[in-house]
Amino acid sequence: MTDVLILLVKIVLALTWTMLLALLLTWVERKESAVMQDRIGANRASVFGLRAFGLFQPFADAIKMIFKEDFQPAFSARLLHTLAPFLSFFCVAVTVVAVPFGDTIRLGGRVITLQVADVNAALLFVLAMLGLGIYGILISGWASNSRFALLGSLRGAAQLISYEVALGLSLVGLIMVFPSLRLSEIVRFQGGLLFGFLPKWGIFLQPLGFAVFFLAALAETKRVPFDLPEGESEIIGFFTEYGGLKWGLFMMTDFLEVIVVSCLAATLFFGGWQVPWLGAGGFRFPWGGAWALPAWLVTALQVLSFNLKVVFFCWLQVLIRWTYPRFRYDQVMDFGWKFLVPAGAVNILATGLVLVLK
Amino acid sequence: MKKGWIVLKELLRGGWITARHFSVNMWYHTLRLLGFRTKRRGAVTFQYPEEAKPLAPRHKSLHRLLRRENGLPQCVACMMCATVCPSECIFIEAAETDDSEVQKYPASFVIDLNRCCFCGFCVEACPVDAIRMDTDEIRLSSTTRRGLEYPLDRLLG
Repeated sequence: MTDVLILLVKIVLALTWTMLLALLLTWVERKESAVMQDRIGANRASVFGLRAFGLFQPFADAIKMIFKEDFQPAFSARLLHTLAPFLSFFCVAVTVVAVPFGDTIRLGGRVITLQVADVNAALLFVLAMLGLGIYGILISGWASNSRFALLGSLRGAAQLISYEVALGLSLVGLIMVFPSLRLSEIVRFQGGLLFGFLPKWGIFLQPLGFAVFFLAALAETKRVPFDLPEGESEIIGFFTEYGGLKWGLFMMTDFLEVIVVSCLAATLFFGGWQVPWLGAGGFRFPWGGAWALPAWLVTALQVLSFNLKVVFFCWLQVLIRWTYPRFRYDQVMDFGWKFLVPAGAVNILATGLVLVLK
Repeated sequence: MKKGWIVLKELLRGGWITARHFSVNMWYHTLRLLGFRTKRRGAVTFQYPEEAKPLAPRHKSLHRLLRRENGLPQCVACMMCATVCPSECIFIEAAETDDSEVQKYPASFVIDLNRCCFCGFCVEACPVDAIRMDTDEIRLSSTTRRGLEYPLDRLLG
């Protein structure tokens, strides 16, 4: 009973964390793009005259979307048209359960992992769920019975399937190095030291793997340098025929994907909740010297570290989204198949070579 | 291969530029938020209704008619401005005065801002420097057409 309760609380907390971050990310996206371009950005939404740097803007947007007409085109496949955004959203949102937010905490004699579900093959689970997200795109395009939406969804499917290959290949090297597919084990393993001083983070073990992973993951999020499925200026995208909150779900999916990619990048390559040289008892520096810290502070620091890493990667992705122009479609395919996939393969070979020689 | 390196270099350079803009602007935003007075602003934006953009010294805004020392309009109703006006939006009715120096004055002087194109030719044409466009008033709007027909007393200010 208590276990179920704890699990429920964890689910609610994880979902709240994700949705809040997604909501904040819409604000970050607006503000960061504005600051990058010497502008100010949305700052007019106010509650009783309190503007708070436009922090109320996401809520204003949400209210607007909720009260918009829930429109369905006349010749659409009703059920699938309604189902698509939910499917799309669910497949991405569910991946958050596998993300470890921190190490275990002790509460009333119980050991609680700061992770909703310690899935056995979490890495595969996350990849599979991100892959299933394609169905949302395909169905939305097909069910809308609109040529633009269909074009967008076909582009989306082709692009996502292509980059899924590169994404998988980039993680094979990681799986060779790390002892387990469990994300919690992977993070724990990254607490070790390389050459006695460098944290054993994935980025130091797999630099090429990280490059391939991050580029492929960027393409998976379908945001600007790779936003062919959307193609705002030409075909509006697979959600052409959606409005109101259903469109809002697609938009939220995009932001959730950014968050999930950030979580994965942080977890797999940047040590997850690990703080360099911070162990269970406190800091233990490689140059000698230690700094004992109470257990709660260690946990707080670890959770904070994970959050900071995620926020940094969100920031980086927004920066990328507002810096680069879109690829042409042939360039996207060339980049995926002729650069990322071979690079992933080379990474696997190099990793194998190093492992054999060691 | 070489092309690939150029692409990579330029991509990194682009990212560096936007990241630099972000951090520099963020620095000034933070300083100003904390109450430091910095010469530079974090953004080039003017928050318009609250903060007006300074007008250029040569700007042309709402017209005004100048007065003589005795309070009468400087205008001598020579019709130069009405003649030169490309929008034909100046309507003057001249009248005689007792002052032999002046001889004529405008009994009515209406500028129809519905038609005015703010070219400033009337200011250029005026031989006695009676009309100027330097009131700094650029927010001209009215819910009626009549509201934008500026008669003599409104132009004299």
